[in-house]
Amino acid sequence: MIYADSKVLLEVRGLCASVNGIEILKNLDFTVRSGEVHAIMGQNGSGKSTFAKVLAGHPSYEITSGSVRFEGKDLLALTAEDRARAGFFLAFQYPIEVPGVGNSQFLRLTYNTLQKQRGHEELDPLEFDDFVREKMKLLEMSPDFLDRSVNEGFSGGEKKRNEILQMALLEPHLAILDETDSGLDIDALRIVAHGVNQLTTKNNAMVMVTHYQRLLNYIVPDYVHVMEAGRIVKTGDKSLALELETRGYDWVSTDTQVAASVSA
Amino acid sequence: MNAALKNLVNQPYKHGFVTDIESEVTPKGLSEDVIRMISSKKNEPEWLLEFRLTSYRAWLKMTEPEWQNCHHRKIDYQAISYYAAPKIKAKLNSIDEVDPELLRTFEKLGVPLHERMAMAGVAVDVIFDSVSVATTYKKKLAEVGVIFCSMSEAVLEHPELVKQYLGTVVPTSDNFYAALNSAVFTDGSFCFIPKGVKCPMDLSTYFRINTEESGQFERTLIIAEDGASVSYLEGCTAPAFSSNQLHAAVVELVALDNADIKYSTVQNWYAGDENGVGGIYNFVTKRGLAKGINSRISWTQVETGAAITWKYPSVVLLGDGSIGEFYSVAVTNNYQQADTGTKMIHIGKNTRSTIVSKGISAGKSNNSYRGLVKIASSATNARNYSQCDSMLVGEECGANTFPYIQVLNNSAQVEHEASTSRIGEDQMFYFAQRGVDAEAAVSMIINGFCKDVFQQLPLEFAVEATNLLSFKLEGSVG
Repeated sequence: MIYADSKVLLEVRGLCASVNGIEILKNLDFTVRSGEVHAIMGQNGSGKSTFAKVLAGHPSYEITSGSVRFEGKDLLALTAEDRARAGFFLAFQYPIEVPGVGNSQFLRLTYNTLQKQRGHEELDPLEFDDFVREKMKLLEMSPDFLDRSVNEGFSGGEKKRNEILQMALLEPHLAILDETDSGLDIDALRIVAHGVNQLTTKNNAMVMVTHYQRLLNYIVPDYVHVMEAGRIVKTGDKSLALELETRGYDWVSTDTQVAASVSA
Repeated sequence: MNAALKNLVNQPYKHGFVTDIESEVTPKGLSEDVIRMISSKKNEPEWLLEFRLTSYRAWLKMTEPEWQNCHHRKIDYQAISYYAAPKIKAKLNSIDEVDPELLRTFEKLGVPLHERMAMAGVAVDVIFDSVSVATTYKKKLAEVGVIFCSMSEAVLEHPELVKQYLGTVVPTSDNFYAALNSAVFTDGSFCFIPKGVKCPMDLSTYFRINTEESGQFERTLIIAEDGASVSYLEGCTAPAFSSNQLHAAVVELVALDNADIKYSTVQNWYAGDENGVGGIYNFVTKRGLAKGINSRISWTQVETGAAITWKYPSVVLLGDGSIGEFYSVAVTNNYQQADTGTKMIHIGKNTRSTIVSKGISAGKSNNSYRGLVKIASSATNARNYSQCDSMLVGEECGANTFPYIQVLNNSAQVEHEASTSRIGEDQMFYFAQRGVDAEAAVSMIINGFCKDVFQQLPLEFAVEATNLLSFKLEGSVG
């Protein structure tokens, strides 16, 4: 939701980033205020996932220029773990498996790490168990999830739910959901979207990276951005997503080129 | 992240100090005269001297094994001193008479020897270079008939038992290093659990090499009579020298009818520095004979130290219905090399064996699992399950699995599973994105990987092993 008095959470200016010497993000600008829901769409290879990973501090990417401020702090100066501790969350497109490590043990470690950071009390295993079970209801997850190894043998949909569960536990100020809808059947999509909607407040913000308009029927964005060749080339409201669904992406680039040549 | 990781890498090996104590070290070199000298120093009976000399003569005709996946400079056996002992005045009557410097050494290593300070419920025999310096809780154990003492003492006080069992599981000419050990072994632990007795506390030996130019050749013998059971723990450390020290031990276990021996090792010998200089050469022969019906022998090892590890704790499943188990975590970092595994030799009917091996390689190290499962023609309905998992940390290390399976009875069921995984940038990034630092992440990933083995360890050891692993691998990811 767009609020009149909301503060700027994330401000990306002129961001350029490359991997192995190949420039992926090219002069990207992007602003998110608290309370807002954004969707970033675009074709494969347009740089959407790279943008999400760069913001989260993935070590493979080199920032060549630009700035990112997160709640006024220089995000790029922070390590990946400090970004997370500052309230930045990335729901992974491909969550990793950790064999032998119980999911509840992992969830508790991450939860307590953030609690400590925020000066709140850490929970012992029993207290945490009650707490996490309550959160799991939100995502209609069976308690069996707690006893299994982290993401090991989880179906695609189970992995994504486990990501949103972590988001529910960690209460980030800004969450980027990287293709959270991919690999979900319609029921799972509805459950995950419901969970995300429950977690959205006036004080946080969500950015969804997606290929499909489908997700946006359930999580209605305030802004839809189209990314192409490493930058945002068009921004609109939710109707833009519907237009992309019917017309594809090509018209956007043609429009942009026309606009660019006119302004030149 | 990288600076923090570098600091962690550079943490020194914390057991690398040298104790300044007056020692008696024999001149370097090996000959029949040296063996006679060792034997006479220990006031050994004639039969034991013969045992040593026979072994020595066999050893002279043998050559070092070369099939293992390890490389090292040729060992000059004439450049090693075969006997080093702290000077002890006379026979000690109590722990209080042990040289205070030695007491301090073991306290520093976390093995206090005063019974009032000692680990509750664990009796400890401590070996310093070539000799046993103290054994705790001896009297308490004697009350239930358990004999727990140094090998030297057993030779003098229980010669009939030693003579009956020594060399029956690992014959003197079994292999090059076992033959060498049989010729020159100096001390070790002896445990005898009589019929029907469940040993009331864990027995433990702590080995410490202190002298730079000596080798350590200890010999351990554990016998569990009918229906007896014992849990035995072994720990080892050594100072950080730039030279390599040879450690060639032999451990023999004998389990009679319905007896149960559980042998756990946390091996933390000095592994050499980050350039591969120094470290212990660990060539060890460990074997258990599950001789009686329904007997059980279980090896659990956590191998983190030594420049080279060459070690295959094995079980000969002779008794019908006997069980052999091998649970292993082997960790190598920097330039360490480990070639370790097990042999399960099924001879009796309805025998079962389980092998769970977890190899973790980091740095430029090389970690190999080598195992033999043999089902003899007599072993009807034998079963084996093997699981060998390797984890690679970083890009420059190696992991290998060499499973050998020989089946001569077609009623056998033999299963082998293997996997290889890597702690990579993406795994670490996942943890980091949840606010977890590299140290906690590696610790959690590794402990998850090793869980099946760690849960076999006695509690105090499990905690130690967990810490040791985190400590050892911190900084190797990134």
